[in-house]
Amino acid sequence: MTATLHIDWTRCDGRGLCTELLAGVLVRDDWGYPVARGRQGAERTDVPTRPSDADAARDAVSLCPKLALSLRDPASGGPQRRR
Amino acid sequence: MWAFGRVSGFMSLALFTVSVLLGILTRSGRPLLVLPRFSVSILHRNIALLATVFLGLHVGSLLLDSFAKLRPVDVVVPFLGSFRPFWQGLGTVALDLVAAVIVTALLRQRIGHRAFKAVHWLTYAVWPVAMAHALGNGTDAAGQWFLLLAAASGAAIAGALLWRLSSTFLETARARGGNLQ
Repeated sequence: MTATLHIDWTRCDGRGLCTELLAGVLVRDDWGYPVARGRQGAERTDVPTRPSDADAARDAVSLCPKLALSLRDPASGGPQRRR
Repeated sequence: MWAFGRVSGFMSLALFTVSVLLGILTRSGRPLLVLPRFSVSILHRNIALLATVFLGLHVGSLLLDSFAKLRPVDVVVPFLGSFRPFWQGLGTVALDLVAAVIVTALLRQRIGHRAFKAVHWLTYAVWPVAMAHALGNGTDAAGQWFLLLAAASGAAIAGALLWRLSSTFLETARARGGNLQ
């Protein structure tokens, strides 16, 4: 199963750590904020990630300087913040 | 024990200086030469933890030293020491603050960003207190090599602080303030 990476836009400050760790999933816009590559609408906030990106996604969640990221497991439904 | 206590204290201060500089760099959002942003962030954390290990060795070895005459209460409560109690007390203050900063930093995911940030601001107070403790209490403070390194790290911290307060501090400052300029 693929987890989705949730971006809390009220916390995000566009520091760019997640776009480095998940370079294939996220790109940076001109102001530094992460943009989900090739995604539209709600998937720009709840970004689907492949299993191969799981480690990088977990690192991004634990290293985000603003604690703006969380991983959501579609199986359990609820938000899960993993270290 | 006495020599070890002095050297470990010096190492701790030097590592904390580097950690503060890396922390300020992390806040600006810039990578460091070939190091990506997340590496700078991890380096900032690990050097701070290493500095804390040396701080533990510094206090622990002097606690066992017959010359320093530290009592266990001096580790927690400042200004009660027998040798230059004020300057030694500053070391105790720094130790207590560092403990608070480290614990809240490691529990960042649990306690939330606001509490973490509020305590993390204390590092700006810890550094000058620790440096004053080294200069006022350290028996090597008159040594030329020590004064040289103290001056160099003081200048580096002051420079980083001025940069921190400048309007172009953030990596994205120019893009975000584009319409204002």
